[in-house]
Amino acid sequence: MKLHVQTTVNGEAKEFLCAPEQSLLDVLRDELNLTGTKEGCATGDCGACSVIFDGRLVCSCLVLAPEASGRRIETIEGVAHGTELHPLQKKFLEHAALPCGICTPGFIVAAKALLERNPDPSEEETRYWLAGNLCRCTGYDKIIRAVLDTATELRGETR
Amino acid sequence: MLDEIRYEAPSSLARAIELLGEEGARVLAGGTDLLVQMRSGRATPRVFVDVKHIPETTRLDLGTSELWLGAAVPAAAIVEHAEIARLWPGLVEAIDLIGSTQIQGRASVGGNLCNASPAADTTPALCAVSACCVIAGPRGQREVPVEQFTTGPGTNVLGRGELLAGFRIARPAARTSDAYLRFIPRSEMDIAVVGAGVSVALDAAGRCTGARVALGAVAPTVLLVADAAAALVGSRAEDQALTRAGAAASAAARPISDKRGTADYRRRIAGVLVRRAATAAFERARAGGSA
Repeated sequence: MKLHVQTTVNGEAKEFLCAPEQSLLDVLRDELNLTGTKEGCATGDCGACSVIFDGRLVCSCLVLAPEASGRRIETIEGVAHGTELHPLQKKFLEHAALPCGICTPGFIVAAKALLERNPDPSEEETRYWLAGNLCRCTGYDKIIRAVLDTATELRGETR
Repeated sequence: MLDEIRYEAPSSLARAIELLGEEGARVLAGGTDLLVQMRSGRATPRVFVDVKHIPETTRLDLGTSELWLGAAVPAAAIVEHAEIARLWPGLVEAIDLIGSTQIQGRASVGGNLCNASPAADTTPALCAVSACCVIAGPRGQREVPVEQFTTGPGTNVLGRGELLAGFRIARPAARTSDAYLRFIPRSEMDIAVVGAGVSVALDAAGRCTGARVALGAVAPTVLLVADAAAALVGSRAEDQALTRAGAAASAAARPISDKRGTADYRRRIAGVLVRRAATAAFERARAGGSA
């Protein structure tokens, strides 16, 4: 039996039908056509499916779709303002911090959650916060540079 | 119809207990163990009982005499609570060690205990601070000390229809503090080779009047090591007392050899970690502990 779920995704009211055991990740991609969120491992190890769920960074592969009922979900699709990229997205481009790109949406969603909590993270804090996001092209250094550079820019400082 | 998987989100313990009486019902808290086990075929839940809409399981309430830690409260919510981190620094450092930021957003201390991995980081830390498990079930409520909750790898004392509602943890007295250390071969995101939780209470002269020492990953369940605690009592963390506590921990450990470490190695590390965690707990308690 399919469950009818009403939720909020990137500020918009959404509804969908899902199986009880279906993951939020599957629903985002297959029912709501929000394919920016990626599936990597499906076991919560890689962070490619990172979304903000009621204000907390989570792996959407480890959330059941019916749990979304009445919750607020933010995905990579809600990061840019229309056609204007978020500063993190611009810095990822500037620093070439996306070798193959599969991990990028997860990294950007996770980094955005970090900068909203801590506008001035140290490199160590940034690396620990992003330890649950894996880049199998191993482009970590550029990713960390891009996040720290974004933080500097958002604080209104010059490099 | 009967074979269909269901998702239920009860808003009371009474309703959750009723649902957990059904065949194949499983508690869904953070889902970081259950959903992984389901995908690998190790768990086949027929009814997901989401316990995150129940007041008792989701409440984090620091009262004047004790902390109520709801079993389903996510790790991140506990770690963010500055006063809880000040009162129980060891418990909070154990919680903070679990998984990534994403996992912390969902994983719960109650889930960590119920999943009953011998290497669970929060279990020795909960034992060190004498946490009490509050279990709700068809025959009412009962309380079990954390060190008696797990019965083996993956098994615990919960019967059909029962669930862990949360933990009661008494506020520490003045000059009382705790510490948790685990050994892993890298800096983050791994499973304990050995874990050690220590709590000490000191008198005004800095002498230990009470201690608890608990070990993880060196036996099928968490080990509360009374001999190690006894070695600390009466001391001011002198080298000799710490050495005796470490030796008692190594002697109590009953580890297996696996890919994370050999039994001999684990026995030795257990002693080292107890010594270091005790040193940290003494330092914190001297600095005032909760006072």
